[in-house]
Amino acid sequence: MTKMNMLQAINNALDTAMGADERVLCFGEDVGVFGGVFRATSHLQQKYGKARCFNTPLVEQGIIGFANGLAAQGSIPVAEIQFADYIFPAFDQIVNESAKYRYRSGNLFDVGGLTIRAPYGGGIAGGLYHSQSPEAYFAHTPGLKIVVPRNPHQAKGLLLGAIHDPNPTLFFEPKRLYRASVGDVPDEDYRLPLGEAEIIKEGTDVTVLGWGAQLEVIEQAVERAEKDGISCEVIDLRTILPWDVETVANSVFKTGRLVVTHEAPLTGGFAGEIAATIQERCFLYLESPIARVTGMDTPFPLVLEKEHLPNHLKVYEAIRASVEF
Amino acid sequence: MTTTKSKVVYSPVFTDGAEFRIPTFKLLKQDGKLYKSAKAPDLDKEKALRIYRAMITTRILDERMLAAQRQGRLSFYMQCTGEEAAVIGSAAALDDGDMIMAQYREQGALAYRGFSIDEFMNQLFGNELDYGKGRQMPVHYGSKKLNYMTISSPLATQIPQATGYAYGQKMAGEGHCTITYFGEGAASEGDFHAALNMAAVHRVPVIFLCRNNGYAISTPAAEQFAADGVAPRAYGYKMDVIRVDGNDILAMYEATRAARALAVEHNRPVLIEAMSYRLAAHSSSDDPSGYRSKDEEAVWREKDPILRMRLWLESKKWWSEDDEKKLQESMRREVLETMKRAQKRPPPPLESLVTDVYDEVPPMLAEQFEKLKAHIRRYPDEYPKSAEHAKGGA
Ligand SMILES: Cc1ncc(C[n+]2csc(CCOP(=O)(O)OP(=O)(O)O)c2C)c(N)n1
Repeated sequence: MTKMNMLQAINNALDTAMGADERVLCFGEDVGVFGGVFRATSHLQQKYGKARCFNTPLVEQGIIGFANGLAAQGSIPVAEIQFADYIFPAFDQIVNESAKYRYRSGNLFDVGGLTIRAPYGGGIAGGLYHSQSPEAYFAHTPGLKIVVPRNPHQAKGLLLGAIHDPNPTLFFEPKRLYRASVGDVPDEDYRLPLGEAEIIKEGTDVTVLGWGAQLEVIEQAVERAEKDGISCEVIDLRTILPWDVETVANSVFKTGRLVVTHEAPLTGGFAGEIAATIQERCFLYLESPIARVTGMDTPFPLVLEKEHLPNHLKVYEAIRASVEF
Repeated sequence: MTTTKSKVVYSPVFTDGAEFRIPTFKLLKQDGKLYKSAKAPDLDKEKALRIYRAMITTRILDERMLAAQRQGRLSFYMQCTGEEAAVIGSAAALDDGDMIMAQYREQGALAYRGFSIDEFMNQLFGNELDYGKGRQMPVHYGSKKLNYMTISSPLATQIPQATGYAYGQKMAGEGHCTITYFGEGAASEGDFHAALNMAAVHRVPVIFLCRNNGYAISTPAAEQFAADGVAPRAYGYKMDVIRVDGNDILAMYEATRAARALAVEHNRPVLIEAMSYRLAAHSSSDDPSGYRSKDEEAVWREKDPILRMRLWLESKKWWSEDDEKKLQESMRREVLETMKRAQKRPPPPLESLVTDVYDEVPPMLAEQFEKLKAHIRRYPDEYPKSAEHAKGGA
């Protein structure tokens, strides 16, 4: 065990994967000698050489197209997109190519080795182009996996899980938490399973569900709600696609209530998908409407970021409203 | 059918990309004197001083605002230091009615066009007078009045837009063109290639100005492309191209003046590659000591484009030590005073959260906004001043 922040845990996961398998390569804008603008790839070039950890030209479309080809050849590329906001130039390569390689070739070819890492989310005074949470755009695409960690321990385990998963995986890192706190991280190679949600805290009155940086917000909200005598069950979805319907539905069978929160806008956000599925599964058990606490239906603002974000107070209010319905 | 009219050969003949080498256009030496066979452009005293003032304004603004960022008064800042001649020299060669679509490091062009220090500050502090209503990070300027398109952070997106804008200008027959600025890093994006190809095919009056400053954040140009810079790419699109010493104000002015003539009078798109150096860090969040040497920077500090122009102005007796002192002092004072004023101004109103997403606020967003206001009213002490007026129930 070593105390690490999330960036160190991610760096450690990459180091672990590169050390164990020569086919693992890390590349992207500024990831080489500089170690990436957030330093997630620090020292990897020094340790594994320029052929396995390198700067690419500034072209996201090229980075992912290149990574698709590499993965099809049998390598294990871990491509970094500098900010999740800049993943869209690569949208075609991800949505039409990464996601469909296996399906369209009848499993002759696949890009299962591919992992795409990108820092996402707000709360860092980044304005509309350094704050987005784009998971829902990709969640509409069969063939991809989407993973979001909530702390250093989860980050290393899930990233290693993603790198070794035989499907193309998007790994969105909550940059607000990169250096926010440290936690114990095992030194060895451990892989957390994709597709499984984690019940972080058991409770009986209401299920509160989120992923990534929203878990911190949920914790604060739940602390407040429990002071009011409300017992909350907290679930980290961890994998957005394919998501763990079973765990969430079982929890809602028990509590009869569900609050889902994410930073992305309400309309078309992934909370809508969860609400629809759980309503279908748990209709007769529901004691109140499923609540969504999300960003507003606007681009991400700068000065009014605090008002825009689905913070602990908004989640707390939703928990209360759900219980008092 | 192919449109290529190439000569036929009977053994495999490869053409090496390295054969495409483009000369560099220079007029002014670092000591302020012209090269032997160089001829100064037709630049009168008034215009020359307008250029010089914009350079000094930009340099002082950059110094002061970086310091303000270091003191925690400002969240973020990006400097133009070292590239003032490339940006201002080119902007000065345009008509004020020509459109500028910049990347983000071109505050010099805006300063030249007459953006006031107040206007710069209001954007930097995202206050109620910011034209962008406090929505974007600092240095994302825009001015409708000055024909300066508001900056967007995703790189290179403005380049094909410039082609489209300029095509519209051609259709409107107003005799105007568009210039678009971008870095050698951004020139790797697909948008760059799409933009040049469309401009060449459709004969669009657009000037593509690549600021080749050696780095894209930490990535040196040698890891950005294998060719001799960005300029040779124009050959592939059959486009006019010129490489210029980007620290030479006279060469930048003259090259852009000639490029504008090609664009506006002959509908020929032009690529200009300005060779310069990003003397400052990429942004206030960056530390260049991790990827380049102080010695390398020192070499370029010796080629300061502002000093070069000043020496030329002095040789023409258009500028003196005394003028310099006065300008520097008054500009420093103005920047400081304006900064204090801008910092004190309130942020944009809460409504600005939901306006301009569409032309009108749609019902669903209006409902979200009402919920937000009610929420803020319940927690009046938990939200910043920006929400003040909502607390009263307005
Ligand atoms: C599409 C996209 N990808 C990545 C970024 C992050 N980013 C911002 S500036 C920058 C480097 C740009 O370098 P260059 O174009 O050479 O311009 P310079 O900063 O040197 O003036 C990068 C990678 C971005 N803003 N947009």
